[in-house]
Amino acid sequence: MGKLTLNQRAALLSLVLLAVGLLIWEAAIPAQKAAAELTEYERLTGGGAPKAGVPPPSQVLVKAWEQLSNPFYDAGPNDKGIGIQIGYSIYRVLSGYLLAALVAIPLGFLIGMSPVAYRALNPFIQVLRPISPLAWMPLALFIIQDSEASAIFVIFICSIWPMLINTAFGVAGVRQDWVNVARTHELGPLRTAFTVILPAAAPTIITGMRISIGIAWLVIVAAEMLVGGTGIGYYVWNEWNNLDLTSVIFSILMIGVVGMLLDSAFAWLQRAVAYAE
Amino acid sequence: MTKPSLSVERLTQTFPDGKGGTMTVFENASFGIEKGEFVCILGHSGCGKSTIMNILAGLAEPSSGVVKMDGYEVSGPSLDRGVVFQNYSLLPWLSALKNVIFGVRARYPNRSRAEIEAQSLKYLAMVGLEGDVVHRKPSQLSGGMRQRVSIARAFANHPKLLLLDEPFGALDALTRGTIQDELLKIWGGTEQTVFMITHDIDEAILLADRILLMTNGPFARVAESVEITIPRPRKRTEIVEHPNYYAIRNHLVHFLGQRSRELAGRASDGADQRPETVRIDLTETGTPDAPADGPAAPHLRAVTP
Repeated sequence: MGKLTLNQRAALLSLVLLAVGLLIWEAAIPAQKAAAELTEYERLTGGGAPKAGVPPPSQVLVKAWEQLSNPFYDAGPNDKGIGIQIGYSIYRVLSGYLLAALVAIPLGFLIGMSPVAYRALNPFIQVLRPISPLAWMPLALFIIQDSEASAIFVIFICSIWPMLINTAFGVAGVRQDWVNVARTHELGPLRTAFTVILPAAAPTIITGMRISIGIAWLVIVAAEMLVGGTGIGYYVWNEWNNLDLTSVIFSILMIGVVGMLLDSAFAWLQRAVAYAE
Repeated sequence: MTKPSLSVERLTQTFPDGKGGTMTVFENASFGIEKGEFVCILGHSGCGKSTIMNILAGLAEPSSGVVKMDGYEVSGPSLDRGVVFQNYSLLPWLSALKNVIFGVRARYPNRSRAEIEAQSLKYLAMVGLEGDVVHRKPSQLSGGMRQRVSIARAFANHPKLLLLDEPFGALDALTRGTIQDELLKIWGGTEQTVFMITHDIDEAILLADRILLMTNGPFARVAESVEITIPRPRKRTEIVEHPNYYAIRNHLVHFLGQRSRELAGRASDGADQRPETVRIDLTETGTPDAPADGPAAPHLRAVTP
């Protein structure tokens, strides 16, 4: 056997772990007895009827193939393709998230540059930040009177804090030397903000944005279970009501995959703005 | 006496001493720098050299006193006063070239992109940075190369006054020597007015037209202005042969080792603290073999302006 690189060995181990896990799962599902093998008592108590159980991975794979080969079908309010459901969720997450970024990044700049603003706003941030985003839901539904907009508001309120705090922290921590370079070059406040402070604080700001998108994706599932209608969270809950556990497991996996993709987009962005001192 | 390009008048800096009183770093310090002159300032740590530098750069405000350039009082930082900081202060997310472009673009906002880049490349080449190396980020450059970029950025902007804050303080002796030569070369071609802080006596003698000597703080003052009577162009290997070299050097060592302490700690009582001009030139007296051992030697003369 030739020498494998660290990555190749790790990939091999991952595959082995996956195979072993799936095999154990498959083997752990008890087979349903055929009607002929049942006792008369069992037949009388309905033991012969098909039972709902945790599906084996083979069934999940079949389901995944079926769903992913036609992700955008729309057969009425309760039967939409997985692509459409995920699309709704991503749309809500991105709307709430972008609104939050529009507020958090300029406000974070202000807080980071002005010690007075920092001290004045800090108590509000400290009180509002630990509130579970779903706790806002009743108030949002009452005030906004629209479930769609309420879901977006919940995403907004949960993703604003990490971005706000990281932006303020990053801006306040910009080295005085670099600010002095801007001053000795007579840069105005706006040019200083864009050409010196923003690139200097960008790694910290992007870290905050990465934390925020992770939280937003966690929260959207719960929010959609509450508001219903469309979205991956609604889909999970709907399939649970249908007692279609195969679809539930499949959609859980899809939530993981999409979350990973969102996170890796920000990881890429983080590498793009990183600098070594 | 010609009107100096930069004149510092009765500069005083006090800081709160933490016990309710004030601590005077320096008081009524006054001196001037002529256009095209290279002036070094020597003094012990804590005598306020960096504070003077920051005031000249406009990054700090003096407690009282004014700085005038060409007769006009200055306040705040300006492109007319370029600064090379000890820690290079390059922007780490920009390449060496982009760092210089950053400066040139701030100075000449109306020039075309190509002109700005050409000017930046020209000055980088003047400090010996050419080819692929200009596209590297500061973190991929050695300390010496970073300081060269910083010097190129400052010179490319043609400031009226260039302030160097211990630019070679963090470099090893060999690199320092090379960059001092680069600095002399680039300075010789531009007739730039330079004000530089240093701790290194030999560096000051090699580079400067005039050395300002500061006494220790508190109540530090610029006590002497020593003319370097060694003709240019100077080479580090040749100037040590010059009869004035050790006379001047001994005078500086004597000042820093002893007199800076003796002269320290005196309040000025409101008097203007102008430095005494000291001119040491053994070639004029015609006694090159005379012992040169400090200010007490008879062939020295102190001239007050």
